[in-house]
Amino acid sequence: MRVTDTPIRIRRVKASDVAKVIALDARVTGLPKSTYWRDLFARFGRRRLAERFFLVAEPDAAAARTPLLGFIIGEVRAWEFGSAPCGWVFGLAVDPDRRLEGVGEKLFEAISAEFRKAGMDKMRTMVARDNLLPLRFFRGEGMMAGPYIQLEKDLE
Amino acid sequence: MKLQVSSQLAIFAVLELSAAPERQLSVAEIGEKYGISSHHLAKVMHVLGRAGVVRAVRGAHGGYQFSGNPRRVTLLDVIQLFEPLGADGETLVGEATEEGRALRRVLGEVDDIARATLGSITLATMHKIVERKPPARPERKAAHAGRR
Repeated sequence: MRVTDTPIRIRRVKASDVAKVIALDARVTGLPKSTYWRDLFARFGRRRLAERFFLVAEPDAAAARTPLLGFIIGEVRAWEFGSAPCGWVFGLAVDPDRRLEGVGEKLFEAISAEFRKAGMDKMRTMVARDNLLPLRFFRGEGMMAGPYIQLEKDLE
Repeated sequence: MKLQVSSQLAIFAVLELSAAPERQLSVAEIGEKYGISSHHLAKVMHVLGRAGVVRAVRGAHGGYQFSGNPRRVTLLDVIQLFEPLGADGETLVGEATEEGRALRRVLGEVDDIARATLGSITLATMHKIVERKPPARPERKAAHAGRR
């Protein structure tokens, strides 16, 4: 059950957030990837902002050093795999100590609103099928299996 | 995929009870809504009760109450009380051959997807799906044109 609805603010990422994003992602995944996140900030935090959304969640009265509560990243992709333009969410993380407080839900709602403003009527994501926590979260937000099947092959 | 009747009845019963966890309903009341026999449903409720998903309330207005967390209990949790999912444990004809092992691998892929789907849908999510209207128009079909 949700503990409480934390008063939070959702806004676009800033350069000063990148270190916090790296720290939160490292906490969640156990794998620090600072080069990846700096590159992602350069592409999604500064360019083509009408169709790229890198949003962060922080406490309503956050100070400069307050850690982030979470972040979500997505973009409008057009004609990929033959699909009409739609919103793609490819990154979501919530502080493990602040789960069940509605942070993920607010980030999801915020990026949904951005996709709608960009003219999209559908959004997609991809989740490892054994990663039940995000899978249940996205299902709970109303996402259903889509018309695509992901395939892969080991390269020898 | 097909579900055994007991699994279907169990899903309907837990959905009905978890919609209002403080409410108690008799087997007859649940059975009436779905047009199912009280006899069969009573056996299903007994299994659900033993698993702790529902609890029996005694007395003149007795019945059953939901006793789980609708945001945690999944369709897979309910179904697995009544049937194994997929081909696990079943022997395939020709399993000792290369072809049999290949078929086992492909069927395993289907089972994994079914397990992930059913394991990711909680009762709370099912309630939202029940309330949601179907999409107004079907997905637009387009030729494959992936990034190369």
